[in-house]
Amino acid sequence: MISLAGRDILHSWPKFVLTGMGLGLLIGVTLSMAGVYRGMVDDAEALLTNSGADLWVVQKDTQGPYAESSSLKDDAVHGIEGMPGVGLAANVTYLNMQVQRGGDEARAMVVGIEPGKPGSPAHLVAGRPLTRSHYEAVADVKTGFALGDRIRIRRHEYDVVGLTQRMVSSGGDPMVFIPLKDAQEAQFLKDNDAIVNDRARTAANPAFNRPGVPGLLDAAIASQTSSHSVNAVLVQVREGFSPEQVAEPIRRWKHLEAYDRAGMADILVAKLIATSAKQIGMFLVILAIVSAAIVAFIIYTMTMGKIREIAVLKLIGTSNAIIASMILQQAMGLGLIGFFVGKLAATLWAPVFPKYVLLLQSDALRGLAVVMLICALASTLAIRIAIKVDPAEAIGG
Amino acid sequence: MKLSSSLKRRLLLGGLAVSLIGLFFFVMLRAGPLAPIKVTVAQVKEGSFAPELFGVGTVEGRRNWMIGPTVAGRVLSVKVDVGDKVKAGQLLAEMDPVDIDQRLASLDAAIERAKSAQLAAAAQQADAVAKRELAASNMRRNQDLADKSFISSGALENFAQAKASADAALDSARANATGATQDLARAKADRAALVQQRANVRLVAPSDGVVSARDAEPGSTVVAGQSVLRVIDPASLWVKLRVDQGRSGGLSQGLKARIVLRSQPQIAQAATVARVELLGDSVTEERIAQLSFDKMPVGLSVGEMAEATIQLPPTSKTLIVPAASIQRQGGITGVWRMESGKPAFAPVKVGAASLDGQVQVLDGLQAGDEIVVYSQKPLTTGARLQVVDAIVKPAGSSGTAP
Repeated sequence: MISLAGRDILHSWPKFVLTGMGLGLLIGVTLSMAGVYRGMVDDAEALLTNSGADLWVVQKDTQGPYAESSSLKDDAVHGIEGMPGVGLAANVTYLNMQVQRGGDEARAMVVGIEPGKPGSPAHLVAGRPLTRSHYEAVADVKTGFALGDRIRIRRHEYDVVGLTQRMVSSGGDPMVFIPLKDAQEAQFLKDNDAIVNDRARTAANPAFNRPGVPGLLDAAIASQTSSHSVNAVLVQVREGFSPEQVAEPIRRWKHLEAYDRAGMADILVAKLIATSAKQIGMFLVILAIVSAAIVAFIIYTMTMGKIREIAVLKLIGTSNAIIASMILQQAMGLGLIGFFVGKLAATLWAPVFPKYVLLLQSDALRGLAVVMLICALASTLAIRIAIKVDPAEAIGG
Repeated sequence: MKLSSSLKRRLLLGGLAVSLIGLFFFVMLRAGPLAPIKVTVAQVKEGSFAPELFGVGTVEGRRNWMIGPTVAGRVLSVKVDVGDKVKAGQLLAEMDPVDIDQRLASLDAAIERAKSAQLAAAAQQADAVAKRELAASNMRRNQDLADKSFISSGALENFAQAKASADAALDSARANATGATQDLARAKADRAALVQQRANVRLVAPSDGVVSARDAEPGSTVVAGQSVLRVIDPASLWVKLRVDQGRSGGLSQGLKARIVLRSQPQIAQAATVARVELLGDSVTEERIAQLSFDKMPVGLSVGEMAEATIQLPPTSKTLIVPAASIQRQGGITGVWRMESGKPAFAPVKVGAASLDGQVQVLDGLQAGDEIVVYSQKPLTTGARLQVVDAIVKPAGSSGTAP
């Protein structure tokens, strides 16, 4: 038996292939949009994974350090290190800022780390980890920095000694890692004018500048310029302890808040990126509906274009089932071409996006199923028309 | 003819479909989540390196003086200004002596008065001596007469009494003279003390140096211990270095170092660790060491920031791996070793590390083992890898060798 659908496609193949490619690009956009959403969630997950922590200890009653600001003293880590079940604990600071790159700027999250402890980048793509305790940086390749570049952060210049990949904040900003002490200074140090103003203000205050008490003013000024705060303490728990087991005494006795991985993921995914994720999701839904409608219209117009041929087929006694299967096969073929082209296009252009686009295999398979379903549904519309065609139209018209 | 054109069309379409599917699978396996992880590998080799310590510090004066009065007072004059070079003993400033000069004059008068009193006492003494001699000779004469019974014993007793009285008067005159001498000595001592006090209001340079601060102006009142001027010895400038406690192992006196001043970032100054302080800073968790310059740089300023790299003795010959290859998996330190093209996690014991990113491996690896240095993603045991020369293309020649 000859394939009616195949013959028909052979007859007008450029039209069929071009339609399939056009449809493919549309599906590619839809898949990319899903990838953008997955990428946002993955950015948040990557932030948690890359920090290498089991517990995030932050200021009491805050949901820091990513969703809210949190500040604790940098010696709190020693108290936490002594709690039962704590394997490794490390101070960490986060600071979103524009870093200077030559003439222009790059948006980055500056992370203050203690090298070799939780929070430091686990794997590099070039260079070496931080070895000096000051003025070195490991930057993500997305920042555009290369090895040997110098980054200016506040007052100091940092040598880029290493590069990472996929080290991003929950907002997708690439990270720049610098030693903790430098980061504390960068975060809390004021500019020179402000420092001079503050000194003058303190000197004008009779409480701090008493005659007959030499040294009081110097002491008061010195106490203003030191900074010993961090945003969070990252904790790795010892084998044999559950994160919650370790978190409970920290909450109770250290008067700090502690989140485990699930709690932090909930804050990041459900709270921090919720609105923008919904925004993308809404757009994705609309795009899917529009794509379905366009597929339906394409198949409908394709069928309408050969209504006379269908009438001829009916006239020579072709059964309705054969005609219906021809239309269905063509619709499915179109869908298949569209899916392959779309998936290909999405995979090719995904790395060009400024933010991370994650194309999941499960999303692709789901997309394939939905495309085939939409094609099948859309073809029923065309099949109905085809079946209703009067054979007389073949000779009339 | 018609058949062949239909066949051609069929072949074309078939080819198109096959190439589309082929391209699809090729791209899926190369670019998507199923793609192999790009890594770079290196061979474990034997060698040694010179570990270094890094710290930042500030330029400080080893010897500096806060020059001020020992009692509260008003500044009378300040002779030097910030930046002036001063010699040891040079008058730098003077405190208001208030009434010291007048008290000196008063004491001068008192000394003169004491001297007069001394003269008077001496004269009295001479008078007493004369009277005593007269009484003694009278006594001697009348004793002879009494022995020969020319005068009564009662008359002799009169002479004996007169002599005893003259002796006592002489003693008194002598004591008076000694008292007058002591009065003079006391007055002189008082004056000397006042002269010392007068000298004490003159603030002089304790050593050669440069004036670093002028804290009080003439007319202002300062309390004891407050500084009027500060002097620093520029030859004694050194760098007070702070080294992270966690990386301060091996820090000791006499090690060679390189100092880079913030004002001269291109020049590395040779220096030596002059002192390692026993007391560390427990708040900043840093150890403190002082580095002296081998040759004093020109244009050094106190308080300037400096970075220092201290050279430790070279390590013994051991296996060396790049620091970027060291990973932590569930609290265990190790490296990803290539075993027939697949990564496997090998726990290692690491030793010293150098500032340029080399780490000693004490245990867990063999020379010649291939290990993963850089990877695009976190690795898992048996992951599909694609070994490349570099994951990121080096930009120019500025790359730092691992």
